[in-house]
Amino acid sequence: MNLDDIYSETIMDHSQSPRNYGHLDHPTKVTGLLNPTCGDQIILELAIDADIITDVRFSGKGCSISIASASMLTQAIKGKKIEDAMSFSYNFRASITGMEANIDLGDMEALRGVSQFPNRVKCATLSLNAFEKAINDL
Amino acid sequence: MKEVGNIIPAMVDVTDYFPILNRQINGHKLVYLDSAATSQKPKSVIDCITKYYETSNANVLRSVHTLAEEATEEFEESRKKVAGFIHARYPQEIIFTRGCTESLNVIARAWGDKFLKSGDEIVLSPVEHHSNLIPWQQLAGRIGAHLRFIDLEEDGTITVDGARAQINSKTKIVALSAVSNVLGTINPIGDIARLAHEVGAIIVVDGAQSVPHQITDVQKWNIDFLAFSGHKMLGPTGIGILWGKKELLNAMDPVIFGGEMIEYVDRENATWAELPAKLEGGTPNIAGAIGLGAAVDYLEKIGMPRIEKHVRILAEEAYRRLSNIQDVTVYGPSSPHTGVVSFNIYNVHPHDVAQVLDSQGIAIRAGHHCAQPLMQWLGVIATARASFYLYNSSNDIDALVNAIEITKRYFKI
Repeated sequence: MNLDDIYSETIMDHSQSPRNYGHLDHPTKVTGLLNPTCGDQIILELAIDADIITDVRFSGKGCSISIASASMLTQAIKGKKIEDAMSFSYNFRASITGMEANIDLGDMEALRGVSQFPNRVKCATLSLNAFEKAINDL
Repeated sequence: MKEVGNIIPAMVDVTDYFPILNRQINGHKLVYLDSAATSQKPKSVIDCITKYYETSNANVLRSVHTLAEEATEEFEESRKKVAGFIHARYPQEIIFTRGCTESLNVIARAWGDKFLKSGDEIVLSPVEHHSNLIPWQQLAGRIGAHLRFIDLEEDGTITVDGARAQINSKTKIVALSAVSNVLGTINPIGDIARLAHEVGAIIVVDGAQSVPHQITDVQKWNIDFLAFSGHKMLGPTGIGILWGKKELLNAMDPVIFGGEMIEYVDRENATWAELPAKLEGGTPNIAGAIGLGAAVDYLEKIGMPRIEKHVRILAEEAYRRLSNIQDVTVYGPSSPHTGVVSFNIYNVHPHDVAQVLDSQGIAIRAGHHCAQPLMQWLGVIATARASFYLYNSSNDIDALVNAIEITKRYFKI
């Protein structure tokens, strides 16, 4: 096993300097989720105008995989239409469970290595679960 | 100068008796430090289960053919072995369950629902495993009882005075683990049992982390119920024990209804069998019970006093050596400390620690250890945890210390 397969430079970068970390002044939607196996928590705050995600922040505690994933997700969905952001989330989820993604994943491509470590898939999908839950609960 | 640890050899020839410990993991010899989650199994236990299925498999207590008689005899023999192992007065006090969790749930349902009433109090500690917390939360919710929690000392220790402060005339149940699965603390069960009895309460002991590692004497402790699992004491998964004083078990109503737990059944009504059958509805885990009997034989052959000493020396040595590593926090008291050592590396999540350790062939647990209220008390979301058993040696601690240094370098701590 090569540790660098899971902890790529991109992942280390995002986990050590997470993007969009913090809080929004006036979020449209706030959703928090726990990873029951390790107690990690991600809180996602979305600002939505019409059907565009105009801004996003996240906070919480987690391992490098869950923090990197949340950081990358916020980067990817910011400015996107809800529909496109959801489609991104579904595709990303497919890719880390070992399936082919149909779109360009950008930085999140780095998380595909997680598919080799089934125990860590839950860490990588925590932020996706929070995001999809937030949108479904709108 | 590099710090050198004390040399502590394993108690048994692991390569002979524990086949799995010969495995290579990611190019390294396996270092198994997760026995608090589940222990590895000696060859004698594995062989005993295989032999049972190959030669004596039949349902117990029902048929009169030779196989059924052999199976029943082996099954009941295991019950006697377990009774002897924990110094129970009667083998009928040993109830086979699926595990410690089921045992505790049965006590809460079958004793708690019957004998508690609104306003009664249940005394627990904040270090309890969820399986010795949630059944009591649920019971309290059903009947309107209240939970009270013993205050911990600064290092997580539970004292008799701390328990005394919570136990009063309203207390009906005191439910406490004998050894913490996170802090490695050893609780003064005998003294707290006395306090419980002084106010007419019963004491339920979660022995999941103590029974595998130390002499258990339910009579010397003078406790009322004991729950533990087979798989943490070299036995197979899916078998556990509920022990209770005979008069208490007799007073309880069964919670699982069906085959073999009855005396007489007509269309409208049923009456219950004698102990232990009353509390063992349905076909039990026969191979599991027999395997547990083989595990008890093995433990007794090595000797529980020796195992108790070995596991404590390893845990305290690991505590000492990990405490000396910069940026590592170790939880619980330095001594007495047994079984497990929970720790965190500054700024590295325990999941990431466990991942790097796995790359070095070292198996530890990372997470909240089914003890979220204790994590809240410690002010952490999770910890890494190394745990020890008779097959571990100081070589394993050396490997752990080395791998922690590798982890620190990898994450640039």
